[in-house]
Amino acid sequence: MSKWLNPRSAFGITLIAVALLGLPFVAAMGGQAWVRILDFAILYVFLALGLNIVVGYAGLLDLGYIAFYAVGAYTWALLASPHFGLHLPIWAILPIGAALACLAGVLLGSPTLKLRGDYLAIVTLGFGEIVRIFMNNLNAPVNITNGPQGITLIDPVAFGDFKFSGNTQLFGLTLSGPMKYYYLLVALAILVVIINLRLQNSRIGRAWQAIREDEIAAKAVGINTRNIKLLAFAMGASFGGIAGGVFAAMQGFVSPESFSLMESIMILAMVVLGGMGHIPGVILGAVLLSILPEALRYGVGPIQMALFGKMMVDPESLRMLVFGLALVLVMRFKPAGLWPSPERKRELSEKRTEGKA
Amino acid sequence: MDIFLQQIVNGLVQGSIYALVALGYTMVYGIMGLINFAHGEVVMIGTLVTITVAGSLINAGMPVALAGMAGLGASMLICMALGWGLERIAYRPLRNAPRLTPLITAIGMSIVLQNLAMMIWGRNYLTFPPLLPKVNFELAGAHFTAIQVFIVVVSGGTMAGLLALIYRTKLGMAMRATAQNPAVASLMGVNINRVIAAAFVIGSALGALAGVMVGTYYEIAHYQMGFMLGLKAFTAAVLGGIGNLAGAMLGGVLLGIIEALGAGYIGDLTGGFLGSHYQDIFAFVVLIVVLMFKPSGLFGEKTGDRA
Repeated sequence: MSKWLNPRSAFGITLIAVALLGLPFVAAMGGQAWVRILDFAILYVFLALGLNIVVGYAGLLDLGYIAFYAVGAYTWALLASPHFGLHLPIWAILPIGAALACLAGVLLGSPTLKLRGDYLAIVTLGFGEIVRIFMNNLNAPVNITNGPQGITLIDPVAFGDFKFSGNTQLFGLTLSGPMKYYYLLVALAILVVIINLRLQNSRIGRAWQAIREDEIAAKAVGINTRNIKLLAFAMGASFGGIAGGVFAAMQGFVSPESFSLMESIMILAMVVLGGMGHIPGVILGAVLLSILPEALRYGVGPIQMALFGKMMVDPESLRMLVFGLALVLVMRFKPAGLWPSPERKRELSEKRTEGKA
Repeated sequence: MDIFLQQIVNGLVQGSIYALVALGYTMVYGIMGLINFAHGEVVMIGTLVTITVAGSLINAGMPVALAGMAGLGASMLICMALGWGLERIAYRPLRNAPRLTPLITAIGMSIVLQNLAMMIWGRNYLTFPPLLPKVNFELAGAHFTAIQVFIVVVSGGTMAGLLALIYRTKLGMAMRATAQNPAVASLMGVNINRVIAAAFVIGSALGALAGVMVGTYYEIAHYQMGFMLGLKAFTAAVLGGIGNLAGAMLGGVLLGIIEALGAGYIGDLTGGFLGSHYQDIFAFVVLIVVLMFKPSGLFGEKTGDRA
C-alpha cells in the first residue's frame, strides 16, 4: 500500500475524487436526465465488475448474469413496496437480496460448473431466461411478481429519515434524487473496486486465474476447482443482487422487461470490450457502453436533421445500428479490449509472433 | 391420446425448423469453435426477403408456386452472400483473437442486422404470402396441413443431402479435417479459408430455407423473430452435442417435440398451477437436465478439457 502514499498518486487520487464529486453538478447543467444517465453508468460499472470476477478472473462464460440482478431487484421490490405491504429497511433488504442472489448462483453453479466453456454459457443463458419467464408469469394463481406489469411504488433507499428521492438542501446546495443516488452508487462502486483489487492478488484470485489458464494444471497443484469456481459464481451473483436492489429502489419500478437476455449480453460486452480481468478496462467499458447509446440518442436525430434537413431513418434503429457497429469495430481493431491488462497484452503479442514463425 | 398425437405432429414440424437452423450453428461451431449469434438474424432476413420478393411477384400476377420458388431462391442467395460477408468481414480477422472477442463481434453483428432489417422492413408485423394451399389431412386422430408435411419432408431431404455432402464429397472431407485440426488440415492441402467460408454459406442457405418455412407456417414475420428462434436452435444444437451434425438434427426434432408436449400437458401435470405460457422454459430446463448428466450433449464426443 506504500505506493498510495507517494505524492504523485496522492495527487492523482485527489484529482479523481474531485472529478467524481463534481461530475453530477456538471451533468445537472444538461438536465436531470443526464444525472440519471450517470447513475446508470455507475450502476453498470458495479455490475460489470461483479461479472468480471466470474468471466475475467475465473474465466467462466456467464450469459445469464442478469438473472442475479433480477433476483436482487425483485427482492427489494417485494420487501419494500405496497405490493405485499412490507417496508423493510435497507440494512435488512440488501443482505437478503445479496444472499438470495448468492443462493441462486450456487443453485445454478453446483450442477453445471463441470461443463466446458460454451456449454456453461448456454446453460447460464437458459437459466437467465427461466428466471425472466417466471417473473413474467408468476402473477397467477398466486400473485407474487405482478407479471408483465411489474411492481410499482417501490420505496427509495433511505437511512433513517434521510431519503434518497426528492430534493435535499445540504450546505446551501440543492441535491436532487438522482444526484444523491449518484454518490451512493459511487461509494458502492469504489467498494467493489477495492474488493476486486484485493481479490486479484489474493490466494483465491490467483486460484481463479490458474483455473482460467489451465483447469487441469490447477487441479493438479491442489486447488479445489469445484469450490473455487462456485465461489466465483456466488460472489459475482451477490454483487448482481446488490446492484439489482439499488436499481429497484432508484427506479421505483421493476418489470421483467429490464432483465432480458440482451442486458446480460450488454454487461458481458462491457467486460470484454473494456479488457477482461483488468479493472480500469472494465470500468472504461461499462462507462462507454452505457453512455454511448444515450449520447447517440441525443446525437443521431439532430445530426440527421442538419445533414439532410429531415429524418432519413428512424433514429432509434440508427442509434442501435451505430452501437452494434461500434462493438464490431472495437473488437476488430482491439481484440483484447480497449484497455487490456499488461500481462494479457504481452501474451497476445507472443501468440502472434508464434503464429508467424 | 388425440392431443398426444397432435402435439407430436406439431413438435415434429417445429423441430424440423429448429434442426435446420441448428445445423448452421453447429457447422460453424464444429469448425471454428464460434457461437455465431448472428445466425438467427440471417434466418430472419431470409424470411423477410421472401416476403418482399414472393409478395411483389404474386402481386405482379405470377403464379404462386413460381413466385414462391423465386422468393426462396432470392432469399437463399442473399443469405448465402450475407453469411459469406459476415465471415469475411467480421470473423476472419479475429481467428487468432481471444476466445470471447468473436462472440462480442457476433453479438454486434446481430444488433446491426436486426436494426438494418427494421430500417428496411419497418417495425410492424408483416404477413407472409400464402405459398402453399391450405389442405388438411387427418391420420389416426391427428390433424395436419400440407404446409406441415412440406416442412418435414423438405427439411428431412435437405438434412440427408447435407449429410451426403459432409460424408461423401471432398469438400465435406475437408470440413471434417478442419474441424479436427485446422493446422494439420492446412498442411494436407486443405484451403482453410475456403472451408470456413463454405460452412458459413451452407449454414446460411439452410437458415434461409428455415426462414421460408417459419414464414409459411406462422404466416407472419417480424424483425425480431430471429432472436428467440436462434436461441432455441442453438439450444437444440447444444442438446445434441454441438459440432455434431446428426446431434443437431436430432436435438432440434427432440426439442420441438418436448416443447409441444410440455405446452400441451404442463397444465395437467401441475394441477393448473403452471400454464402453457411457460412453454419457453422447457427448452432450457431440458437442456440443463441433459447437460447435468451428459456434459457434452446427447451425441457429443467426449473430449478432454483442453484441445
